[in-house]
Amino acid sequence: MSKFVGQSVKRKEDLRLLTGTGKFVADLRMENMLEAAFLRSTYGHARIKGIETDAAKSLEGVYAVITSNDIEGEIKPLKQFDSHCILPPNLIEEIDPVINYNFEDVLAKRKVTYAGQPVAVVVAKNRYIAEDALALLKVEYEPLEALVNPFEAEKGDAPIIQEHMESNIQSHFLVQVGDVDKAIEEADYVLKKRLRTPRLSSNPMETRGVLANYDAVTGKFRVWSSTQLPYEVRSTIASLLEIPEESIHVTAPEVGGGFGPKGGVHPEEILIPYLSRMLGRPVRWIEDRIEHLAAARQSRDQIHDVEVSYKKDGTITGIKDDFIVDSGAVNYFALTCAYNTAYHLRGMYKIPSYQSKCRVILTNKTPNVPFRGAGRPEATFVMDRVIDMIARNLAMDPVDVMKKNMIQAEEMPYDQGILVKDGAQLIYDSGNYPDALDKVLEATNYKGFRKKQQQLKEAGKYVGIGISSFIEGTGSGPFESALVKIDLTGHVTAHLGSSPQGQGHETVFSQICADDLGVTPDQVTVVVGDTGVLPIGAGTYASRSAVNAGSAIHEASQKLQRKVLEIAGMLLDNEVEMLNIENGTIYAHDNPEMKLTFVDIANAARPSKSSKLPEGMEPGLQVLHYFVPPTVTFASSIHVAQVEVDKETGFVDIQDYSVVHDCGTVINPMIVEGQVQGGIAQGIGSALYEEVVHDKNGQVLTGSYMDYLIPTSMEVPTVKMVHQEYPSTRNPMGIKGVGEGGAISPPAAIANAVVDALTPLSIEITKVPVSPGYLRELIKEAERV
Amino acid sequence: MKPAVFNYIRPESVEETLQLLSDYGDDAKILSGGQSLIPVLNMRLSTPKYLIDIGRLEGLNYIREEGDHLSVGALVKHKDIESSPLVKELCPILGEAIRWVGTTQIRNRGTIGGSIAHGDPSAELPCVLAALRGEIVVASLEGEDVLSPEEFFLTYMLTSMQPDQVIKEIRFPIMSKKSAFSFVEVARTHGDFALAEAAVILETDETETVIKAQIAVGGVNPTPTVLEEVEDHIMGKKLTDELLTEVRRMTEGNVDPESDLHGTAEYRRELVGVLVQRALKTAGERVKKGAGRHE
Repeated sequence: MSKFVGQSVKRKEDLRLLTGTGKFVADLRMENMLEAAFLRSTYGHARIKGIETDAAKSLEGVYAVITSNDIEGEIKPLKQFDSHCILPPNLIEEIDPVINYNFEDVLAKRKVTYAGQPVAVVVAKNRYIAEDALALLKVEYEPLEALVNPFEAEKGDAPIIQEHMESNIQSHFLVQVGDVDKAIEEADYVLKKRLRTPRLSSNPMETRGVLANYDAVTGKFRVWSSTQLPYEVRSTIASLLEIPEESIHVTAPEVGGGFGPKGGVHPEEILIPYLSRMLGRPVRWIEDRIEHLAAARQSRDQIHDVEVSYKKDGTITGIKDDFIVDSGAVNYFALTCAYNTAYHLRGMYKIPSYQSKCRVILTNKTPNVPFRGAGRPEATFVMDRVIDMIARNLAMDPVDVMKKNMIQAEEMPYDQGILVKDGAQLIYDSGNYPDALDKVLEATNYKGFRKKQQQLKEAGKYVGIGISSFIEGTGSGPFESALVKIDLTGHVTAHLGSSPQGQGHETVFSQICADDLGVTPDQVTVVVGDTGVLPIGAGTYASRSAVNAGSAIHEASQKLQRKVLEIAGMLLDNEVEMLNIENGTIYAHDNPEMKLTFVDIANAARPSKSSKLPEGMEPGLQVLHYFVPPTVTFASSIHVAQVEVDKETGFVDIQDYSVVHDCGTVINPMIVEGQVQGGIAQGIGSALYEEVVHDKNGQVLTGSYMDYLIPTSMEVPTVKMVHQEYPSTRNPMGIKGVGEGGAISPPAAIANAVVDALTPLSIEITKVPVSPGYLRELIKEAERV
Repeated sequence: MKPAVFNYIRPESVEETLQLLSDYGDDAKILSGGQSLIPVLNMRLSTPKYLIDIGRLEGLNYIREEGDHLSVGALVKHKDIESSPLVKELCPILGEAIRWVGTTQIRNRGTIGGSIAHGDPSAELPCVLAALRGEIVVASLEGEDVLSPEEFFLTYMLTSMQPDQVIKEIRFPIMSKKSAFSFVEVARTHGDFALAEAAVILETDETETVIKAQIAVGGVNPTPTVLEEVEDHIMGKKLTDELLTEVRRMTEGNVDPESDLHGTAEYRRELVGVLVQRALKTAGERVKKGAGRHE
């Protein structure tokens, strides 16, 4: 049946993207367009005593200088996302969550709570003049104690960041299954560790950007934003400016990477449309890299205190995890990352007793939001460092500890005894983890490596191998929409609610639609990233588009196919079951000479008195389908890193990286491989290079790429990949998500490999990035013992 | 990240450039390849009134053998040094070190004069120039000065150049056919600034005794630093493992690095010791093989 699904169909997007002809927000220009620039807080925490704007206002070419006083009562504050804060009742009962309301004014009012926060905005003839005007603005700050350490921030006597709250503990919850205290009491051994993951910046190649044009005649807004969520941008502008959604049309043009932080609504996306209405001219703002590194939302930043009970044979009987999420000044996404961490932590393992206690704490840093992996890299780093530490404590091979605790193929679907955030029981739908482990060990030649490792070490080459595995709940709801239609020329067009940031939506969804309608992907135009057609859509995040938009377009296309066949059946006077669609023509098996084209069908279905339709059928050839997943689907993967450590300099060289992964039905292998490889590049960044650093006053010390390091193509090896294909049971095509997965395991795999490379020297990595300076400290410490 | 307003001037000759510098002094900045200056301007860390673009000046773009040295015009681009047969033949350590400068894109535009004038102590060219005891020719309307690296580099991003001066030429001494060299550097990622680097040129006699040693390090002091104490210490000795360990300790004692996000002072001090040790070892092996400078 499937002809194109499963093929590495070349990407439709690439002609534009590879020839530089794609249009990003920064490529869009309108007549009379003005440009905006933001004045951002230079303090982590401070009162604003006053802002002197006269000099800036009188600069030639400046059209507006706006501070919070100017918009008082006109723009409501950005608040936490309801869709993430409203939890199902059974989950509330089970985890007893507290989520305190919190928000952010689109321009800082009376005080600033993080460096980079927008304080004022200037609109000028061009960006140069706007920046000249910024230099003329004078803000009088009264510094307040900045909270950069969440353990300090949660104390009772700490200054309150969101002043309506009683403390800086914004939310908390407790998940448990089994009896972890008893497990610890009865254990042969108990491991106790503190493990951390750094604060990260997402660094899409294209920074954020917004262009808005308000038409005073129609009262309508046209907005272009570099966003993952055009529908959410629309509804947030509507609610903050108190105007109907219908009067706002949002387009996400080409978007050069999102990774999560573009999956929210930022203050700039509200202010730019507001300013366009105020000035009656198009206004554009493009984030520069300095702004991105300070003000674009960040992620990770968790600290875990784990206690793990285990037996002499490596069986893990319980995990007690007490962790905090340093959320920065606002928590927009409630428990999203935190609960992801809690429910993913045990991964592929059967650990009967588990307790996860979490506090989300506000600090004077940029707000923390989901970023590729969203809580899972943190969980995986904890779990897989723990596995590795247990193996070393017991003088076992880590592979044997993994095997000892791993969920077996015959135990699938496997119930972990707790709930997913959507309230469904946490049951892994499909997969074969032991087979995955065998496959990846073969790909990396584990046995061969172990054999030669000893010789190499004797020759002074410190080589090591490290493993990390994960399961990933992908394709979360609530829904996705697809509209598939055939026009009078017979051409197929599909509109989707989920828009891309480079993933290749146009390609993969045209593959699905083509198979269902019996045409080629070239004959299907996929239109994405625009709120102008579909009434509602969700967006691209949570490795969800293939699952949700894929299922939506599949269902819509199938329904449309059925309609086409029924009309054809009537026209050909034959049973629908006897008909076949091929290359856009319909014929009966028993009479292949009599052919109909989509043009014939479209004409027959055209609304008119002379429509030729089966009795009771509505005219028109378009089907709108909303796909609502029952819950997430579980993708899985195991990563193996081989590294060489230069013991004297502390440098780590990744010599081989092998991966096995299961994302269910593969729509386009080339795109899947690109996703995995790209995710691993970001994971390597986190493992070895990346960390947002603040000083004690909340100043961002990693304000440019001189200080915030990201890997280049030279630091990222070509990954060896082995595919498993265990279809999901939770959607019609068996798809699981793959967008985020690659980024989840590299920190743990690489850290484990580094530890392995240095044995018999016993170092203990408890955080990433494993920078050469940090590694040298660990080596020296171990050598002193 | 947009620069403040400036006046852009493109002089037609070196003389005109010197006249402009004489007229505008501190208010002017020279733009050549722009690989360091443009980001500085965009971040408004520098707001010159006049930007004098010498990028297309005739007459400062040459690599010539002149007596005992190689003369390189200030506007020669890194990539031209990288691919120059003359550099490979007469001053191979320069050809090797230049590959560590930034990325290909940066080397395609960045100029040798610009790199020297920028005075970044972690940059490769100043380190090599110091090791080789090269010279920098600066010019003003008053005439030309020939400066040693010690005279030229004052501290982080600060040189002894006056506002009315411009670099005309860099002189790299021609290396002896009997010498070998090694340039080692570590940076966090490819193309990133060096955490530390070491340049070594070495000559030994038939008994493998050191008869000439030139050693400089970068990234660990406010200026590129010649390790004279180490050079003197190894003269007349054989490069034994024991001697190399002494060199490592001695190097550590001759540097005073600063801490930053990429490494503490202690880390950098130890690191540069390792690098000098490795560079000497490599140079020693190369000179033994006689393959030395052609590697």
